[in-house]
Amino acid sequence: MFDNLSDRLQGVMKKLTGRGRLSEAAVDAAMREVRLALREADVNFRVVKDFVARVRERAVGSDVMSSLTPGQAVVRVVHEELADLMGSTDSRLVLSSRMPAVVMLVGLQGSGKTTAAAKLANHLRKEGRRPLLIACDVYRPAAVDQLQTLGKELDIPVYAGEPGGDPVGIAQAGVKEAVGAARDVAIVDTAGRLHVDDALMDEARRIRDAVRPDQLLLVVDAMTGQDAVGVAEAFQERVDFDGVIITKLDGDARGGAALSVRAVTGKPIKFAGVGEKLDALEVFHPDRMARRILGMGDVLTLIEKAEEVFEEEQAEELEEKLKKSQFTLDDFLVQLGQLKKMGSMEQVLSMMPGAGGKALKGADVDEGALTRTEAIIQSMTLQERAKPSVINGSRRERIATGAGVSVYDVNQLLKQFAQVKKMLKQFATPGKKGRRMPRMPGGELPF
Amino acid sequence: MNTPWYKRVAEGLTRTREELTGQLNVLVGRGPDVDEGFWEELEDALIGADMGVPAVTEITDRLRASAARERLTDSHAVLELLTDEIAEELALASGDVFELSPVTVLVVGVNGTGKTTTIAKLANELQVRGRSVLLGSADTYRAAADEQLQVWAGRVGVPIVSRERGADPAAVAFDAIRRAREEDFDVTLVDTAGRLHTSRELMGELAKISRIVKRESLAPVRTLLVMDATTGQNGITQARQFDQALGVDGIVLTKLDGTAKGGVCVAIARELGLPIVRVGVGEALDDLKPFDPGDFARALTGAA
Repeated sequence: MFDNLSDRLQGVMKKLTGRGRLSEAAVDAAMREVRLALREADVNFRVVKDFVARVRERAVGSDVMSSLTPGQAVVRVVHEELADLMGSTDSRLVLSSRMPAVVMLVGLQGSGKTTAAAKLANHLRKEGRRPLLIACDVYRPAAVDQLQTLGKELDIPVYAGEPGGDPVGIAQAGVKEAVGAARDVAIVDTAGRLHVDDALMDEARRIRDAVRPDQLLLVVDAMTGQDAVGVAEAFQERVDFDGVIITKLDGDARGGAALSVRAVTGKPIKFAGVGEKLDALEVFHPDRMARRILGMGDVLTLIEKAEEVFEEEQAEELEEKLKKSQFTLDDFLVQLGQLKKMGSMEQVLSMMPGAGGKALKGADVDEGALTRTEAIIQSMTLQERAKPSVINGSRRERIATGAGVSVYDVNQLLKQFAQVKKMLKQFATPGKKGRRMPRMPGGELPF
Repeated sequence: MNTPWYKRVAEGLTRTREELTGQLNVLVGRGPDVDEGFWEELEDALIGADMGVPAVTEITDRLRASAARERLTDSHAVLELLTDEIAEELALASGDVFELSPVTVLVVGVNGTGKTTTIAKLANELQVRGRSVLLGSADTYRAAADEQLQVWAGRVGVPIVSRERGADPAAVAFDAIRRAREEDFDVTLVDTAGRLHTSRELMGELAKISRIVKRESLAPVRTLLVMDATTGQNGITQARQFDQALGVDGIVLTKLDGTAKGGVCVAIARELGLPIVRVGVGEALDDLKPFDPGDFARALTGAA
């Protein structure tokens, strides 16, 4: 996500931080590269101009130039301005307490409204709300079916009117239905529409006036180019909206559209769609995203994700086991399962300081490795998992056959597990070697 | 069709043209002088059309050289030259894949570009041209994708091969090809699930579908990448990745009826030599038009 932009900016920043002194010419050279990086990332050219002018003004200001580490100071300026560009405040979804609160989604065709609606419903349910989905796209063939299918998958009710019905009427009836069914938030999915289509823009406004949404969100494809600004301005003028959901951010889109929309309309980005699964929706934190782009890591999101998937009881139990050095391959298996729940390895790594950048580029994180490791452990008997020392040559062969891997792979896993266990032992008995986290043997990940 | 196709294309591109022309007219409005400010604004206008920094830099550099050589001081003349440059970039060994008959066409692309709708429009066009068309509904992933294609198949009046959601898409493709072979269809159009080109797993799946289609089809197989005209510079990466994974023969540029300029296709033509075979200019079944590089360039620059 934001990969190319991130690469480019990190390169520029590195050149700056390597210096003790900074001439105005050096800043200018860096700004030219920042300008190019942003332009190539599809940030609107008008937005780029403003951004570069602001950064430059601050960068050649006295604070930066008199700083002992002027390079660092410039990086800080870029970070602050970047966070500002993406919206400087945390952009949580604010819903009123009325019954039901209403969220309405609008956007161009193919931007991902229906999927975003389902993901949002799932997200709100996790926060303890009782969502109802309302299908108002009566135009695209099978759009209603699509939302109904997603609703069924999530076990969240979907209100759909008659095919060919009036979207305004459907939205109203849906909201009424939510009251009757004691659902406290209604999410209205609407048809995709071109911002130049007067009739459909008018319809969107009528739906808005009928259901008076707490939050009207514009869904924007992260891969959109320069046109994003025109689209957002048209939607703002014709329907107005409160915030943005940026979709398909899990590709290598440079995300300039997101930055431009926010800069031009002043409306915050609230959520980012980051995968095909229905839980792949992230609350958008501008500051954290700016840190990710500059390769400064996003430990907060990582911790939150971990908290979401690791259950407290399990964690305590594990800690107990670690203290007593009773960590078995079975526990390892549970850990792997939870790690997988946190998202792809690439996503997880991109949130680690330093790790998301060049170091791991092209390292080709092998998502299959996790699955293979699971298969190997699952091919072991319970006794073998608890006490790997019993695994002799013939057992190794049996396990390898069972998991569809080579004996070499089994050996590697056992070796790594032994190392991890040794490492954990050191970790669990402070005082002996201090509390310092020991280095991972061979610098490899433990799987 | 009463109106000649090139007029329809021009109609579809009107907004594109008006937007860019609007910007370029400002350039013309500067007066005929070709000075440094003119070049800067020209670059901004072209980047604003999603043509991308490298393509714009190279084209304007070449323009500058020509303008200097031919002593062009008039901005109108420069815009004429620009039109020729762009048309040249787009004039590739095109060759319409639908000249072939029989033919099997695999339709691929990222999520939400309009693959399913494009297939419906293609089926309609080919049916009107007297070809027998079979649809293969191999998007077994997206909720209700098959229902969507079923509705279109019904409207156009062409048969469709499908399986339940979650089925192996390669198996659906296999079924479709076999039926096309047995019943002697002229054109088989295979729809696939949208996927981001960065997903190794899903691109692998697509490569497998492609292998099976190419192995089973008696008719030659062509692969079309459907791209949304609003796409920015990411379009180049999309095209490159799909091309590397399974070989792409042409691009269908959709949603040109908005204000998007589709300039990324100039960059794609330059980098990958992929021709644009159709443009989508509206929601109606007959809103899919052939692509003409000259018309497109003229429409872009307003030099018509």
